[in-house]
Amino acid sequence: MQINIKRKIKNWMQLEINAISENEQLARIAVASFITPLNPTLEEMADVKTAVSEAVTNAIIHGYEEQSGTVYIRCRLEGDLLEVEIEDKGKGIEDIEQAMEPMYTTKPEGNRSGMGFSFMEAFMDELEVISIPGDGTTVFMKKKLGTASWLDE
Amino acid sequence: MIEGQFKVIDDYLCIRMPKEIDHHNAEILTKKVDAYIYGKKVNNIVFDFIDTEFMDSSGIGIIAGRYKKMHYLGGKVFILNAGKQVNRILMLSGIQKYVVFMKD
Ligand SMILES: Nc1ncnc2c1ncn2[C@@H]1O[C@H](COP(=O)(O)OP(=O)(O)OP(=O)(O)O)[C@@H](O)[C@H]1O
Ligand SMILES: [Mg+2]
Repeated sequence: MQINIKRKIKNWMQLEINAISENEQLARIAVASFITPLNPTLEEMADVKTAVSEAVTNAIIHGYEEQSGTVYIRCRLEGDLLEVEIEDKGKGIEDIEQAMEPMYTTKPEGNRSGMGFSFMEAFMDELEVISIPGDGTTVFMKKKLGTASWLDE
Repeated sequence: MIEGQFKVIDDYLCIRMPKEIDHHNAEILTKKVDAYIYGKKVNNIVFDFIDTEFMDSSGIGIIAGRYKKMHYLGGKVFILNAGKQVNRILMLSGIQKYVVFMKD
């Protein structure tokens, strides 16, 4: 006899973290745990962890410039679709298009490579950045986690 | 272990990279690597990723920065034991054109 799991997972979580580098690992592990019930592949897990790490690190080093602040992480799961939002109330981005260009960085002296947004773009299905100079930045990302389809039937 | 492990053989600095390479770990690691570069006569660097399970753009920053230093000294940067996740990051970043992939 086969058991059919018809229930679609609907879930959300919110996490507020102090904007210090120690919390980068916490953030990506929390999101990874959040998607674990969907049985994502190792690659999907790595994709999500990398994208979250990039966005949270950006909030800490660029948004708050390693001064104090709070990073807001919001996740939603609707079936096999993951939505992640990462927000800071830091200094914001003047020119988003330029910021998203591969290898563009405003901190080349600090061992930054300007690849953060490129990785978010490569590893997630959708990426949108909203930013107001002086107010802060929000990064929206979406990813369909392929292996979950068997959960539907 | 966070700091990674270091070994100098001739003018090669071999670095056993940590399990997770993010901005937090990268800062500590970079300081140590640079101390070795300036302290000993190092012209080449081998980054060994045998233990590494996660790396983000901070890892690219470390490698690119050290590449510039070694290139200036006429040396090279080698990559050893890069797993799937690390490899994908290296390929996407474009840095694979500047480093040498070693087989052990
Ligand atoms: N949350 C943010 N607040 C303010 N500026 C940001 C934010 N995120 C990104 N930026 C700006 O966009 C630029 C590009 O970001 P990206 O993550 O692609 O590269 P990077 O952080 O500079 O380097 P890397 O991510 O490779 O270490 C940054 O240098 C910074 O100027
Ligand atoms: Mg970045």
